[in-house]
Amino acid sequence: MNETQTTFDVEAIRADFPILDQDVHPGKKLVFLDSAASSQKPIQVIEAMNYYYRHTHANVHRGVYQLSEKATDAFEQARDKVQHFINAGSRKEVIFTSNTTGSMNLLVQTWGRSNLNAGDVVILSEMEHHANIVPWQILAQEKGFTIRYIPVRDDYTLDMEVFAELLKAGSVKAVSVAHVSNVLGTVNPLADIIKLAHDASAIVIVDGAQSVPHMKVDMQALDVDFFAFSSHKMCGPTGIGVLYGKRDLLEKMPPFMGGGDMIRRVTLDGSTWNDLPYKFEAGTPAIAEGIGIGAAVDYLTGIGMEGIHTHEQALGEYAHERLSEVPGLTLYNPDSPHRSGVATFTLDPVHPHDLAQVLDYEGIAVRAGHHCAMPLHQERLKVAATVRASFYLYTTRQEIDKLVEALYIAKGLFN
Amino acid sequence: MMDMYQENILDHAQNPRHWGKLEPHDLHAADDNPLCGDQLEVTFRVDENNIITDIGWGGQGCAISQAAASMIGEELVGKPLDEVKQISKDDILELLGIPISMSRIKCALLSLKVIKAAAYNIERWSDDE
Repeated sequence: MNETQTTFDVEAIRADFPILDQDVHPGKKLVFLDSAASSQKPIQVIEAMNYYYRHTHANVHRGVYQLSEKATDAFEQARDKVQHFINAGSRKEVIFTSNTTGSMNLLVQTWGRSNLNAGDVVILSEMEHHANIVPWQILAQEKGFTIRYIPVRDDYTLDMEVFAELLKAGSVKAVSVAHVSNVLGTVNPLADIIKLAHDASAIVIVDGAQSVPHMKVDMQALDVDFFAFSSHKMCGPTGIGVLYGKRDLLEKMPPFMGGGDMIRRVTLDGSTWNDLPYKFEAGTPAIAEGIGIGAAVDYLTGIGMEGIHTHEQALGEYAHERLSEVPGLTLYNPDSPHRSGVATFTLDPVHPHDLAQVLDYEGIAVRAGHHCAMPLHQERLKVAATVRASFYLYTTRQEIDKLVEALYIAKGLFN
Repeated sequence: MMDMYQENILDHAQNPRHWGKLEPHDLHAADDNPLCGDQLEVTFRVDENNIITDIGWGGQGCAISQAAASMIGEELVGKPLDEVKQISKDDILELLGIPISMSRIKCALLSLKVIKAAAYNIERWSDDE
């Protein structure tokens, strides 16, 4: 196990990511500023998955033979790694899912379905990703409960006063919010939200897709009821994510998908369910991907989440400083410290799609559009699209300089 | 290098021809790309033989969608509606004359959807493939 580094060496880190060493167009080196959409993978994660397929693969939880035991051990060790990474109380509380969206759908269709009825209220927010809006809307059609949204203030933070009022209005069963907004980069005050919600007897669900990769999260300290995140945004492979849930809540929930592995006993007349966490993991799991997320946890832990967080905060500050100087540029992020390493903006008079295209010609990868947050864009910010540059442990100041240079090129072209 | 943003494209995008909704008009249609915020609406004036005598665009969006609208708009005056109904995706792409990446196809073809809807006098053209 690596010791946590005390100095953050971004060049050494970049050397771990083979994909970064390429030219997008002749003479235009890749400047990858879209980690919020998906992060790149260090060779350690890639090799761990390769090693698994070369030496260890067999189906898990079933076989008596050596290889199957080895595969099972490796997979369950990965679960333990994730448990410790987020400081969950027990491995029974770490469910592997397909990704954050999979986690949210599982939760809504099991906890939601058995706890929500007409007259109940679920509180979301205007800044939520579709994965934390649409599953609720789908269930609400069927069960008739009401969804209310915490507004986003002009400073891009959540309106905690309105939140308190929504709770006071009563009948709130659940509050489900992002830890960090994937568009605004706003870091929401979870401790306060959880305290207020619990005082009002509501459970709290958190979309941690944009927080877990970038900062230390602690399930015990937060006392959050459910917490969802994705592997692929934290240097791990696509196709696997996590739903953390408090054990007593998970025990009471009916299963999501039925099939092998999630059962104890099956007869023609009916079946009984397996223990946690397997009750919610039907069928052959994404085993190699589990190995991958475990390797990602090792990698990030080896560097240290503190160091990663500090690095990104500095980049975010620098980016905002430089971007604020570009004429016609509007930023859609709160002031620090409520902000993660992201810069979201529009540049007058260039349309976001054209801007992203010009940036691509310069080798720069950013995201343009509504970032799976249409209500935030169309109903709250009242812009159809924004451009988002997101930073991670392998991003450099020079890359931000290149971004700014390219913005001036775009401005020149369209004026 | 900037394959998509050649001078004529930028010229059409920044100085689109036939811009401004016609009042009165005989035919009207509008459409948008919710994914990126391109919006286009078109108005036609036609004579008694269903030949387009004037066209006026409105809307906002990326340079590709605006340039395509401006360029195809220039071709339409004097055309019978039946011919407009025949205009194909390839016609638009040829007119633009630049390589359009997969992610920008919808931008390039928005104007086609709108003029077809107007020509058929329906509210909105439904997507084929």
